[in-house]
Amino acid sequence: MQLKEERLRSLLTRGLVGDASAYHIFLSELTAHLRSFVRRRLSRLPEEVEDLVQELLLAIHNQRHTYDPAQPLTAWVQAIARYKLIDLLRRRSRTNGLHDPLDDDYDLLAAADGDAAEARYDLAKLLQQLPDRQRLPILYVKIEGGSVADAAKRTGMSESAVKVGIHRGLKALAEGIRSIE
Amino acid sequence: MKTEDLVSVLATGVEAIDPKRTARRHLLAITGGLLGALGLTGGILRLNPMLSYLVVEPMFWIRETYCAALALLGFAAVTRLARPGIRLGFVPVGVVTVVMVMWIFAATVLLRAPAQNRSHLFFGATAAVCPFLIALVGVPLFIAILWVLRGLAPTRLRLAGAAAGFAAGSLGALVYSLHCPELAAPFLGTWYLLGMLIPTSLGAWLGPRLMRW
Repeated sequence: MQLKEERLRSLLTRGLVGDASAYHIFLSELTAHLRSFVRRRLSRLPEEVEDLVQELLLAIHNQRHTYDPAQPLTAWVQAIARYKLIDLLRRRSRTNGLHDPLDDDYDLLAAADGDAAEARYDLAKLLQQLPDRQRLPILYVKIEGGSVADAAKRTGMSESAVKVGIHRGLKALAEGIRSIE
Repeated sequence: MKTEDLVSVLATGVEAIDPKRTARRHLLAITGGLLGALGLTGGILRLNPMLSYLVVEPMFWIRETYCAALALLGFAAVTRLARPGIRLGFVPVGVVTVVMVMWIFAATVLLRAPAQNRSHLFFGATAAVCPFLIALVGVPLFIAILWVLRGLAPTRLRLAGAAAGFAAGSLGALVYSLHCPELAAPFLGTWYLLGMLIPTSLGAWLGPRLMRW
């Protein structure tokens, strides 16, 4: 677990300075741990597991500027996971009170679950609902893999407006997932 | 969308995070809030005309230290609660210590004073307005800190809101003290603290309403 922590931390640290391939490995490896963490705690809401995993990935991405490299990665990820899990259970508690108690042990990296599934909501559809100044930068840079300069040229926006559009658009997607009941 | 596709979307073309840029934005916001608090104190309440005489009093500096220490603890709490997974650490013990020291000091002052002076040491001349004016001076700071917190990721929203209010209230009290004529320890231990607790409770109420993410 210690090795895993070190490995993920160094991958994220490289991602934070713009190393996209290290960041990709970080998110993929973390996904399996998140899925296992969520699945154990949502055993009565199995159909919600993949939704929450995706919501967590978006949250971790959108809040990555709050990670302090001096801090244990597990503590940071687990605080986000618990926050989002409680948020979900609170939203669901209106319809049913069934959930497993939240324990406080730091076991995020103890297990991994690579059995991916599709989330019930469709992020691609949520993306369609974003305004063009957010949707197009995400489409050109994050989905088609073009450069920011290229997206700026294609949209007629400035480069910094493209970056802001990506940032706000991903936040809006996270908001969009939260509001789906 | 499959989760692995989402991972690809997030990782593609990921931009480097510039910690200095975030720090600059925060510094700018807090400076703005501080200027607002100074503006309210200097422009509407007016600086204390006796200020140049007060600064030679040891009690003046005890009062400033008291407010500054609580403000530093308040900002330490805000910084910690703004990021997921960081514990409050020494902050609660620090706040309790500073307040206890002031209360013990205040009790000593009251016990040693002649009975007819005690009421004045406790109420001074401005007890009725002091807490509200401190809360008022803290408003620009409160707004600035809440704005900063909204750009970060607090996970304990009620506590983070309370910490924002406490930091604003105690720094607000430090600024307000440039107007305030009161120097007695029993006054500072009661009405100043009450002034800091008004934005603290407001923050605890606002936290879950404003800082969800």
